[in-house]
Amino acid sequence: MIETSGMMAVLHAAILAAPSSAKEAAAFVAPETGAWWIALIPLMPIVGTILATLCAIRGIKTKLPAFLTVGCLATSFLLTVAMFLNLGDAPTITTAWEWFTLTWGEGEGQTFTANFGFYVDSLTALWMLFVTGLATLIALYASEYMSHDVGTGYCRFFAAFNLFVFSMACLVMGDNLLLLFLGWEGVGLCSYLLIGYFYRKPAAVAAAKKAFIVNRIGDLGLVMGILLTFVHFGTIEYAEIFAKAAPYIELLQAGRISEIPAIAQLIPVLLMIGAFGKSAQLPLYIWLPDAMEGPTPVSALIHAATMVTAGVYLIARTYPLFLISDIALPIVGWVGALTALLAATIGMAQFDIKRIMAYSTVSQLGYMFCGLAVLTSAGAAFHVLTHAFFKATLFLACGAVMHGFAGQLDLRKLSGVRKMKGWGIVSIAMLVGCLNLAGFPFTSGYFSKDMILAEAYATPGTALIGWILLLTAGLTAYYTFRVYFRVFEGPVEYHPGDDLHDHDHADEHGSGEEQHHDVGEHGDHHHAGFHPHAPGWAINAVLATLAVCSIAAAGLYFVNKKEHGWVGSMVHDSSANYVGTAAFLDHAAHAGGVTGDAAHEGATHAHGTFLGYDPHKVMYYVSAVVGAIGIGIAFFLHLLGRKHAETARADKVLPALGPIPKWARNKWYVDELYNFLIVRPLWVISHIFHLIDKLFVDGLVNLFGLLPRFGGSAIRPSQSGVLHGYAIGMAGGVAILMLVVLVMVLR
Amino acid sequence: MNDLSSGMLTLAQSGFPEPMLQATLAHYLVVSLAMFAIGLIGFLTRRNLIVMFLCTELMFQAAGLALIAFGRYHMNYDGQTFVIFVLTIAAAEAALALALVVLLFRKKDSLDADAWSALKG
Repeated sequence: MIETSGMMAVLHAAILAAPSSAKEAAAFVAPETGAWWIALIPLMPIVGTILATLCAIRGIKTKLPAFLTVGCLATSFLLTVAMFLNLGDAPTITTAWEWFTLTWGEGEGQTFTANFGFYVDSLTALWMLFVTGLATLIALYASEYMSHDVGTGYCRFFAAFNLFVFSMACLVMGDNLLLLFLGWEGVGLCSYLLIGYFYRKPAAVAAAKKAFIVNRIGDLGLVMGILLTFVHFGTIEYAEIFAKAAPYIELLQAGRISEIPAIAQLIPVLLMIGAFGKSAQLPLYIWLPDAMEGPTPVSALIHAATMVTAGVYLIARTYPLFLISDIALPIVGWVGALTALLAATIGMAQFDIKRIMAYSTVSQLGYMFCGLAVLTSAGAAFHVLTHAFFKATLFLACGAVMHGFAGQLDLRKLSGVRKMKGWGIVSIAMLVGCLNLAGFPFTSGYFSKDMILAEAYATPGTALIGWILLLTAGLTAYYTFRVYFRVFEGPVEYHPGDDLHDHDHADEHGSGEEQHHDVGEHGDHHHAGFHPHAPGWAINAVLATLAVCSIAAAGLYFVNKKEHGWVGSMVHDSSANYVGTAAFLDHAAHAGGVTGDAAHEGATHAHGTFLGYDPHKVMYYVSAVVGAIGIGIAFFLHLLGRKHAETARADKVLPALGPIPKWARNKWYVDELYNFLIVRPLWVISHIFHLIDKLFVDGLVNLFGLLPRFGGSAIRPSQSGVLHGYAIGMAGGVAILMLVVLVMVLR
Repeated sequence: MNDLSSGMLTLAQSGFPEPMLQATLAHYLVVSLAMFAIGLIGFLTRRNLIVMFLCTELMFQAAGLALIAFGRYHMNYDGQTFVIFVLTIAAAEAALALALVVLLFRKKDSLDADAWSALKG
């Protein structure tokens, strides 16, 4: 901890030295009232949910719900584009309705307000652009991909899909932490519903529960963070939080970080636990690989492109709070770096191509967290954007393969797919995705990864994170191209999965799709009548669009180059901009609004170096070389001279590494460790409690139940049912009463 | 004491109706007690439902007699008023009870009270 504090001190030094200008200060003027139609952006997906539900009620057996969904989401996307085009200098707040306001006194902090309001600045616009855009494309893809399930399941899928987009919109656009939390839980719910879409399959149900429960742990941190925010700042609305955090940043700038109250420094630590859960970071990443049990479009949209970046969004949105904490950003950085490395090593040894992509997602999310930690929120956001496109491309290409080869996902059972008829677009899309992920020069992934890498070296005190990330970049290139060379190149060979759904009887096979199979579970049986079916127009069109977007995203790096590309300029005008934060302080200090401080103009970053060179310049070459080495090793081990799908040169080389590949294949036994440390003890404790409940608590309750029973059976004989018996009883009773009265009178 | 009460006192002791001279309250109560005891003993000893019912009526009237006697003794009409209501109710109840007895008789062809013990606990 001492060491990390040291690192933070240097980070703060970097913040102090950051240049600022009047333009940057403009980003932090008070929010204005936004246009009413902003509220339609989250509303359209809800309309889609209702329409899909109506389709389910009407028993519609066509692709209608898919096209209704695409329509609603496309409308939402167009509105988002309009929102982007209308972005002003100041953030805007559109209040759809006043959600609730609680007041219990007159003073400060005795009113709790949470409106259904939408906070729109460039960060919001950036996130919503790719969320709604990708959602539209992936819904189109899903219309074909899910076609074997047309009917109620199809409607259910699209209802949940729309609900997801709505929740994501609430998460990203909400103007307070409570609305963010609503969306946060909403996306968690939809994730659960969609992972468990094939609810007859035990593995899918288990994965859905795992995702939900692991996320609860993170959510607890988030809830406590929100509560603490309210306790400390007396509000949960972003605009007010930022205003009230300003004095702390002033202290930070004055170098008096020790004067910032510890409670304020604790808030980001709690918030980040939520972020780690949702974005699958180190202690809580285990749910994401299992989440691949869901249908592939879900994996692509929720578990690669959008939902898992919510953690990054949360940190970016509340960046000022993270800056004022001594420990928050160093923790984020180390967790991100270690997650990136760990997930990459696991990904290298898996055989299920979707799982490899899942681990790669975990790893890349680690990159984004590192980006935030090394003060390049622009790099992190850029990586979120490029990753969203290329990882969606990769997943959808994997999904197309899976769809075509009856659920086959084992890279040892497929080979040379590129050379088969009708698979051209899929293969090209896959190649584009792989190049991006591997950080091949001049792809978008290359630029976004470089921004983070270079900044990790340039920011003093984080060079070790930089080295870990650089190593991870090499591993990433290797495992990415391992998949590509095994599945898409080499000799043509395929063994279909055992998921041969007959399209004429689609409904019967509704939940049989996408079986995962561990290696060795079934032999080399060829299905005599099997022909892989190449993807249709919807899948191809979406893949082509996404591949083009993945490439085109690289261009954004060169737009507005001075501010680290287009994304950089977007982040620049939002709460995620630390330089702007500093400028805001100047703004506040001068109280006039005219900053124009020439004093800061000349200031430069306190610069770290990469082996004595300027990392911003040299990193382009270094990361290209590292990526190329990774790709080269993959080429040598998995493609060169490979005759069969089953074996490659890697099988001869790997034993030299001892048990390490086996450990990596078994995910470093993290699941087993958690099972041993957490699940088993809880299981034992719960059974002990169950016994206590059964024996002690229930026994006591039953005892009290027995008392009236025994009493009743004791006096029951008095009810003889004979009329004279009652008469004698009454007469005798009266006689006794009279006797008593008599005695009392005589005495 | 208001005018009405004093007026009633005068009327009651004026010889119309006859004031209580020879027959004191105790006499009436003894008669009432005897009637009640006869009714009670009859109710406890007889098995015939109709006779048992008549015995209850006897006990009723014994109570009514005692009420009237007390009313007369205290020189007010509360006791008499009360008895008029009791009689009305008793008449209604007699109609019901006799109907019940007829129904019970139809079920078992017997008027024996011991034939019925369905509410045994």
